[in-house]
Amino acid sequence: MNFRRVSSNISYILYVIPSFLLFSTFVFYPMIRTGYLSMHTTNFQGAPTAYVGFEHFRYLIEDRNFRESMKATFLFVLYTVPSTVLISLFLALLANEKLKGIQLFRTFFSSTLGMSVAASSVIWMFMYNPSIGIVNKLVVALGGQERQWLLDPDTALIAVAVATVWMNIGFAFLILLGGLQNIDVTLYESAKIAGVSKIYQLWRITLPLLSPTLFFIVTVSLIHAFQTFGQIDILTKGGPVNTTTVLVYSIYREAFVNYNFGFASAQAVVLFFIVLVITILQFALVERKVHYQ
Amino acid sequence: MNFFKRASLYIVLIVCVVLIMFPIVYAFLISFLSGAELLQGKWWPTDWSFRNYIKAFEKVPLVRYLWNSFVVSFIVMIGQLIVSSLSAYAFVFLRFPGRNILFFTTIMTMLVPWEATVIPNYLTVQSLGWTNNYLGLTIPFFALAFGIFLLRQHFKTIPFELYEAAQVSGVRHFRFFWYVVLPLSKTSLATLGVYSFLTTWNMYLWPLLVTNDERVRTVQIGLKQMQTQEMATEWGVVMAAVIVTILPTLILLFIGQKQLQKGLMQGAIK
Repeated sequence: MNFRRVSSNISYILYVIPSFLLFSTFVFYPMIRTGYLSMHTTNFQGAPTAYVGFEHFRYLIEDRNFRESMKATFLFVLYTVPSTVLISLFLALLANEKLKGIQLFRTFFSSTLGMSVAASSVIWMFMYNPSIGIVNKLVVALGGQERQWLLDPDTALIAVAVATVWMNIGFAFLILLGGLQNIDVTLYESAKIAGVSKIYQLWRITLPLLSPTLFFIVTVSLIHAFQTFGQIDILTKGGPVNTTTVLVYSIYREAFVNYNFGFASAQAVVLFFIVLVITILQFALVERKVHYQ
Repeated sequence: MNFFKRASLYIVLIVCVVLIMFPIVYAFLISFLSGAELLQGKWWPTDWSFRNYIKAFEKVPLVRYLWNSFVVSFIVMIGQLIVSSLSAYAFVFLRFPGRNILFFTTIMTMLVPWEATVIPNYLTVQSLGWTNNYLGLTIPFFALAFGIFLLRQHFKTIPFELYEAAQVSGVRHFRFFWYVVLPLSKTSLATLGVYSFLTTWNMYLWPLLVTNDERVRTVQIGLKQMQTQEMATEWGVVMAAVIVTILPTLILLFIGQKQLQKGLMQGAIK
């Protein structure tokens, strides 16, 4: 290798140095550090004090709080992911029709993408307000019973889930609409000539060709749901009686309220593996099951 | 499509818009109501006075919070654009040892959820003295795998002959990057810019952890604080603050929606 080659290689590396340093400092190092901390007890400054091996993980299995937290997390995922995808798919199919002024409807449907978790949560907090919020007024008008939606262990998680579905519709809608617009229109024209019904078109053309996008949005929504934090912090603070303490809220509370960094790190490792499994499943399934154009 | 079908489609569309937009419109209406009116159960403002907005700005340093959010989002946007475009350029046009390993590590970062690394990151930022500081709010977000992939996708569409011609005529890499590649990628850069600004503006967990000082607190944390302090009495004021907070991102979204959609698809699917 001559000198010119070596020096140009060095100058080439300058282009990737910034991202490499940042990834090392803020992604790879902290991931390894989280694993390290999960096997130690720590002091209030987060410095490890004693090696405990897998003791934290063993404790996690026995810990009632953590079991409740996992239950809340999985229920939350169950409540939010399928409904977000189905509602957004419905909206995307509607907004994909060629009508006058459809662009305006698309903009409205995607608007929650521009809403922050904090602002949305504050709005829903007011809507759920037992005395002056709209939810109770509507329920009463429809002949139902007034409730303390966010304070009742039976309804709190569902209430947060409904708010979350609303927040996530904008993003899922936009992605699905993009997927629909990528489908070759000539396919529909041929189907029309062949006299195929609308339902058959949806089932045999649209959904199979949309499957990569659908699969993508399901995966992203799943990962996103496991990372939920803001709406819990504002709406319920994990209560009542831990029914809304989802995983990330539990990590936050353990680390930044109880200063139990080691135990919190063990939970963060659990989060890491959940997301890893979803991602691996995506890669494994995407090749086989999903129809590509 | 016949008239009846078209009309029924419009009706369904309008019903959906009403349902989706309801919370936003509701918040807007509430922001014009006084505490007494709210307790009476009113929901339509009688006078459209801006007193709640004025109060919101008087009670909390909302201008300061908005400014902080703007500065932080702007810095992250610029940082992400610079770091991502440099990396994307290297991955598309440059051949050097270790390139594939670096590309692989970039993919790997997508497997790590930010929340799983938040504890050591907090401790790092604290030990650097970056808490309550724009540095701690911005620098950890400069490198973004999504941004690198998005731009790489676009850079790949630039004819390689252009690069070879530049090489032959002795144009330096940085000049080629700056005067040819970047101008040809304006739309992708704009998409990434909108995306970074939007996500940073709306960030919640990280600013909550690394700020406890008014001088750097972002507007999202300001909202949480207001909502906890005000509670039942001054919901109108809180909603006024909510409207002020969502206005910049909603406007940005309405302008950049088409761009953003294309970009999200490109960076995500391919």
